[in-house]
Amino acid sequence: MAGPALLEEIKRTVLHALHLDAKGRMVPFGGYDMPVQYEGVLAEHRWTREHAGAFDVSHMGPARVVLTAPTGDAQADWESIARIAERLVCGDIVGLQPGRLRYSLLLNEDGGIIDDLMIGRFPQGAPQDSFYLVVNAGTKDGDFARFEAAAAGEARVERMDACGLIALQGPEAAAVLAALVPESADLVFMQFRGATWNGHWITVARSGYTGEDGFEILVPPGAAPAFWQALLADERVKPIGLGARDSLRLEAGLPLYGHDLDETTSPVEANLNFAVSKRRREAGDFPGAPRIVGEFNGAPKRLRVGLRLSPGGAPAREGAEVVSAGGEPLGKITSGGPSPSLGYGVAMAYLPPEYREPGKAVTVLVRGKPVAAETVAMPFHPHRYVRKP
Amino acid sequence: MSTYFTKDHEWVTVEGDHATVGITAYAADQLGDVVFVEVPEIGKTVTKGDPLAVVESVKAASDVYAPISGEVVEANSGLGDAPETVNAGPEIGGWFARLKVTKPSEVEALMDRAAYEEFLGTL
Repeated sequence: MAGPALLEEIKRTVLHALHLDAKGRMVPFGGYDMPVQYEGVLAEHRWTREHAGAFDVSHMGPARVVLTAPTGDAQADWESIARIAERLVCGDIVGLQPGRLRYSLLLNEDGGIIDDLMIGRFPQGAPQDSFYLVVNAGTKDGDFARFEAAAAGEARVERMDACGLIALQGPEAAAVLAALVPESADLVFMQFRGATWNGHWITVARSGYTGEDGFEILVPPGAAPAFWQALLADERVKPIGLGARDSLRLEAGLPLYGHDLDETTSPVEANLNFAVSKRRREAGDFPGAPRIVGEFNGAPKRLRVGLRLSPGGAPAREGAEVVSAGGEPLGKITSGGPSPSLGYGVAMAYLPPEYREPGKAVTVLVRGKPVAAETVAMPFHPHRYVRKP
Repeated sequence: MSTYFTKDHEWVTVEGDHATVGITAYAADQLGDVVFVEVPEIGKTVTKGDPLAVVESVKAASDVYAPISGEVVEANSGLGDAPETVNAGPEIGGWFARLKVTKPSEVEALMDRAAYEEFLGTL
């Protein structure tokens, strides 16, 4: 019999008490007690698409990976630390420009995805002996251990997951944040920088998981509750729970680790070819390269594709089977649900590569009943990132 | 006419040998915004505890179980175009199906409104 002492205690983010005050409905997620909704998923989803939503994502794993013996030569140090990351991921990290973030994939020796993550090179003027890393909540302990092991003493992982990590997303996010942190206005999509707020050093990235323009801001633990409250004091901002975070990312066609990606799926199967940098592909110098390069140049067995469900029918969710017009099994849905912005069900499924083309008719079995669907390009709802002018 | 409740938060109103089934305001609030409802086909027979209908929010699909056994004689097809009725009036317009009751004695195991409200207080 497992006694209570053997159960791992559920963790709380630095904003936990504020979620309770705001009557957030709390659920366990990634080992943390997190708000799934405040006023309701639909209202929160729509608010984010029209105004600005604040998300507590402090359960994720921000960290800095730092050389143990930097030389002081900025470029040489950057190449050293970036090459440590490149032992594990398929992105070009050495070639990352200062102040840029890159979405990348942590791979196993079979080319399967252990996690999806962000790696950032600190801006010019900041020390170049480290990179910024943000990994998923449920995988962070294992990921950090992998980076430590790959560094073999040349670098160490400095976890920053006691901090507040707050996402501000939506068309009004930039105006809201510029009023609090003027430096944020200098950033475009996938850039990040340090800044100060109320005398506290914070890290601001123009990135997110909703498809909207927005930011992800790392705030020291002592300042995080006040920063969250400062965001919510702006009437354009409402707190948004994990429920709407999931429906927003689904509409944006962004995969969710543990659902749309796992250790059996390769970057090519996951339709994330952009994350396999050309230099790395040509060198074939990352875990699982033979499989991944082979799939890149040939055809993967299956591919993550978008599906649009027939309007008025039942939405299809994770696990639902997809079959051809003739009833032949094609694959399974890995995430799906009703799209609040579009008014019909959308889903991601792994199907044979010939279903890559939009407009192919398929049938989804929802509780055993056939529902008509067709392949569509992702994102389902257009991205509105602010890129370089 | 009497209304009974289950621990799964269904209600059933019995009139003679017919019964109407829905979910309680508590259940509707827990589900959040209902965006799709699947009602049973007429003629389907259910045993107490069988899935009778499905309600879907943005987050999840949830089964509604038959509080008592019976044969479906009517389904609330209006929920197809207006699933939000389940949130707006769970005990009024938001019913799912009417059953012809096959085992009337099954209601004895259910809670009356006072007992259900007491049960809610323990949650």
